[in-house]
Amino acid sequence: MLTNSRYQAPFAAGGTNAIDHATAERLLAAALSRGGDYADLFFEYHASGSYALDEGILKSAGRSVGMGLGVRVMKGDATGYAYVQELSPEVMLGAAHTAAQIAAGGGSERPVPFATPTVSARYQAQSLTLEAPGVDKRELLLRADRAARAADPRVSRVEASFSEELREILVASSTGQFVHDRQPLMRFFVRVIAESEGKRQSGSSGGGGRMGFEYFESHSPESHAQEAVRHALVMLDAQDSPAGEMDVVLAAGDSGILLHEAVGHGLEADFNRKGTSNYTDKIGQQVASELCTVVDDATLAGSRGAINVDDEGHVPTATTLIENGVLVGYMHDRHSAKHFKTKPSGNGRRESFQAYPMPRMTNTLLMAGPHEPGEIIASVKRGVYATKFGGGQVDISNGNFVFSLTEGYLIEDGKLTAPLKGVNLIGNGPEVMGRVTMLGNDLKTSDGIWTCGKDGQSVPVGVGCPTMKIAGMTVGGTQAG
Amino acid sequence: MADYDVDTLMSVASDVVERAKRAGADVAEVALEESAHLSAKVRLGEPELVEEAGSRALGLRVMRGQQVAVTHTSDLSADGLERLIQDALELAELAQADPCAGPPDSALLSRPEQHADLDLFDPDMNRLDAKQALAMAKRAEDAALKVDSRLVNSEGASVSRWAGVSVLVTSGGFCGASRDTYTSISVSPVGAEPDGKKRVGSYWSARRHLADLLDPEEVGVIAAQRTLDKLGARKVPTQEVPVIFDPDAGRSILGLLAGCITGGAVWRRASYLADREHSQIGSELLTVVDDPLLPRAPGSRPFDGEGLLSRRHVVVERGKLNMFLLDTYSARKLGRESTGNASRGESGGVGCSPTNFYMEPGDITPEALLASTDRALYVTSMMGSGFTAITGDFSRGASGFWIEGGQRAYPVEEVTISQNLDNMLKGIDCVANNLDRRTSVTAPTFRIAHMTVAGS
Repeated sequence: MLTNSRYQAPFAAGGTNAIDHATAERLLAAALSRGGDYADLFFEYHASGSYALDEGILKSAGRSVGMGLGVRVMKGDATGYAYVQELSPEVMLGAAHTAAQIAAGGGSERPVPFATPTVSARYQAQSLTLEAPGVDKRELLLRADRAARAADPRVSRVEASFSEELREILVASSTGQFVHDRQPLMRFFVRVIAESEGKRQSGSSGGGGRMGFEYFESHSPESHAQEAVRHALVMLDAQDSPAGEMDVVLAAGDSGILLHEAVGHGLEADFNRKGTSNYTDKIGQQVASELCTVVDDATLAGSRGAINVDDEGHVPTATTLIENGVLVGYMHDRHSAKHFKTKPSGNGRRESFQAYPMPRMTNTLLMAGPHEPGEIIASVKRGVYATKFGGGQVDISNGNFVFSLTEGYLIEDGKLTAPLKGVNLIGNGPEVMGRVTMLGNDLKTSDGIWTCGKDGQSVPVGVGCPTMKIAGMTVGGTQAG
Repeated sequence: MADYDVDTLMSVASDVVERAKRAGADVAEVALEESAHLSAKVRLGEPELVEEAGSRALGLRVMRGQQVAVTHTSDLSADGLERLIQDALELAELAQADPCAGPPDSALLSRPEQHADLDLFDPDMNRLDAKQALAMAKRAEDAALKVDSRLVNSEGASVSRWAGVSVLVTSGGFCGASRDTYTSISVSPVGAEPDGKKRVGSYWSARRHLADLLDPEEVGVIAAQRTLDKLGARKVPTQEVPVIFDPDAGRSILGLLAGCITGGAVWRRASYLADREHSQIGSELLTVVDDPLLPRAPGSRPFDGEGLLSRRHVVVERGKLNMFLLDTYSARKLGRESTGNASRGESGGVGCSPTNFYMEPGDITPEALLASTDRALYVTSMMGSGFTAITGDFSRGASGFWIEGGQRAYPVEEVTISQNLDNMLKGIDCVANNLDRRTSVTAPTFRIAHMTVAGS
C-alpha cells in the first residue's frame, strides 16, 4: 500500500474531502430520484508526469493534476451521464440530478447497503515514481541517450521519454459496491533515427507497467536504447514487401495484438448484447482452431493491463474466452452481464470520470501450444515473419481486421532472409483464427506499451501470445506477383 | 457552468502569468478553456445515452532562461493554482537549457483588434437540449432503417453539441480570446448478408452552427446507402491498378502529407520530405492550401497557439512544395520564421499543426471522374495505421468498390493498398470538384494512377 503520498485523492478515506458512506448514499438517492434502476458514482483523481529527452538534453518536463466525479444513472438500456470537476456538496448533487433525468418516472430502486469487496494487490510498486526526484528520471533518459549514441555511428537522432501517472478511484454503486483503488502506471520509450548512404530509418523500444523504478532492474534504459538502434539498423536494409496471400508466422509477445483485434473486441459483450458483433450467438461454437485458448487476464502482477477492480467496482480475474477453439464466454461490464444473466467479469473500464464504462480488455493472451518456435519457421516455404507492430484496427460487425508491422522478415525455404518494410496484414478474425496450424510453447507477454481505443476512450492494455503460424493470410506489400 | 465570461477567464489567466513571473519565471504563458457539451444517442428508436457536462482546464508553460516546463490542472482553487505554479518552476529547474527555446518575438504577436471574426460561435447552440437532440437522432436513425429491409440492426445515431471559450495570455504581452461551437449528427445502420454476415456503414454531418447541419433524414439516407453499398463485398486478386479515394478515405492521405511537412517531423528529419522544400513532391494536379481564416470552417482560428496572426498558405502549388508549416520553435531550429501554425495542447505544451488543410478541387464531377476510369479500386474507407513518415511507406486496409468500364461493378473488402506516399502524390492523375468541408483536413475525390492492391 502506498501511503503518505504527496499525490493523494482528497475524496479517499483520510483525505481532505473524504467521501463517506452517508455522502455516497445521499448522492445515489438523488441519482435514482427520477426512477432510475441503477446508479453509480465514479470519483477519480489523476496525477501524471512527463519527461522528454531530445538532442541529448531534457527538453521539457510536464505535470498534470485533475479530479472529478462522474454520475451514471441507468433505466433499462438507457444511460444518463453527468460529470463535474468540483467536489462541493451542491455541485455533486447537481450532477446527480442531471444524470437522474434519463429516467422519467417508474418505480424507484432502493440502494443496497455498501459492501467493500476484497481487493487484491496486483501492482505492488515499491514506490511511486511520481514521488521520486526529477533528476532520477532525467538520468534514466540520459543513460538511454548515451547508450544509443554509443551503439552505432549511424545513429543520428535519439529521443527518449518517461511518463508516469497515478490514478486513484472510488466507486460507489446502488448495487452496494464501495471500492477504492490506487493505480500507478509508467512507461519508458526510446526512438532513434539511423542514417546511412542516403537512407533514413527509425527504430524504437519501450515498456513499463503498473510499477515503480524496479522495472529498470530487469529492463535497463541501455537495453531499450540498444534495441531501438538494432531495430533502426535492420530497417536500413529492409526491402519492399511482397503482396498477396501467404503463410505468416507471428513472433511471441507483441503479436498478441492480432488476438486483441481479431478476437478480443468482438468478444466485448456490449457488441454481442446489441447483436452487432460477428461473434453474436456463437457461444459453444468452434470459432478458432483447436490449438487456440484465449484468456483475458487482469491478474498479471505489475502489468500494464492489470487492475485490482474495474471502474464499476467489480474484481476481475482471468476470463477464458475461447477454449480449444470453442467460444465459451464474453467480457462483461455490469450492463451486459445483466443482459446475459451472468456475473460481471470485471471488464467494465473507462478512460476517466468524463466517460461511462464499457466492456474492455485487460491483458488478452493466447495460451501456449505444443510446437518449438524454430520448427514453426522451418515449416514455411515462402512467407512473412512478423516481430514488431505499429497498431491495428477491427471492424466489429464482420471481424475484418488489419495490423501493421514495423519489423518483419521474408521467410524462404524455412529460413529468415531479408527484412521487409511497409508491411500490413489483413484478415477476418474467425477465418484467421481457424488457420492457426502451429502454436509455439513460448508464450510471452508484451512489455507495457499498448493503449486500446474504443468509442474515443483510451485505456492501457496488455497482449501476449506464443509463436504462431497462420496458414494463409493477406500480406499487404508493394510487390505484386 | 460554462458562462463564457471572457473577462473572468482573462483575469484568472493574467493573474497566473503574474504570479508565475513573481515566483521566478522569465516567461509564463497561460491557456484557459471552459466548455460545455451535450451528447445524446438513440439506438433502435430508444434513448441509449444522454451525457451533459462542463469542464475547465488551465495549462501553464514557463521558461527560466531556456529551460522549459509545462503544467496542467483542472483545479482552479487558490491551492490548486499555487501548486501548478510551484510545480512548473520546479520542473523548469530540472529541464536543460535548449538554445532554441523561447517565446515568439513580441513584435510578431497579434493584437485583439487584428483578430478576424470568423463566425465560429453559434450563440444559439446551447438551446439544443437533450430532448431535441434525442429527437433529431431518432429521426436520422428512423430514416436510415426505413431505406431497405436488409438494414436489420443499428449501432445507433448520435447528436452532440460543444461550446467553449478559451483565452491565451502570455508574459510577452499577448492577450486573446476565442469562442467556438461545434455540433454533429451521425448514424451507423447495420446491414445483413443472406449468410448472416454483417456490414456497418455510417455517415455524419458536423458544423460550427446548428442551422448549417444537414437534416437528420438526409444524414440517415446517406448512411443507409453507405451500409447497403458494402453488402456482398468480396476480395479481389492481388494486382496493380489505379485507386480512387472518396473524401471519407482521401482526407487521411492529406493528413499524412500534413504530418510530413509540419514542424518537428521536418527539423528532426523524421519525414521523407525533410529535404524536399521547393521541389516537386506531387503531380501538377496537386495544390494544397492551409487556410485558418475560412468563415465557419472546422479548423479556423484568428490567431495561433502562440498568439501570432493566422494566415493563409499555399503549401503545395501544382505539385511543388512551397514551404513547411512551423511554430516559433521549429522555425528557429530551421533558421527561419514561424508560419503561424503553433497549436497549444491541453497539457500546456506547444506544438505545430495545420488548420484547414485541403486539396484544391479540380473541375470535373466525381461521377465524371469515375466514368473516365476503365478499371480501378474505388476506396470509401481505410483501416489501420500503416504509414512510416521517415520513408513514406504506406500500406493500409481498404474497402470500397471495384470499377469496371467506368461503372461500379461490385463491393470490395479485406484488401490492402500499398505504395510509397511520394509515388502516390506524384501519381495523382485526376481531381474532382467535390470538396468536403466537414473536417479541417480534407480532399475531394481523387485518383492515383497505380497502387498495389493485395487480396486473394
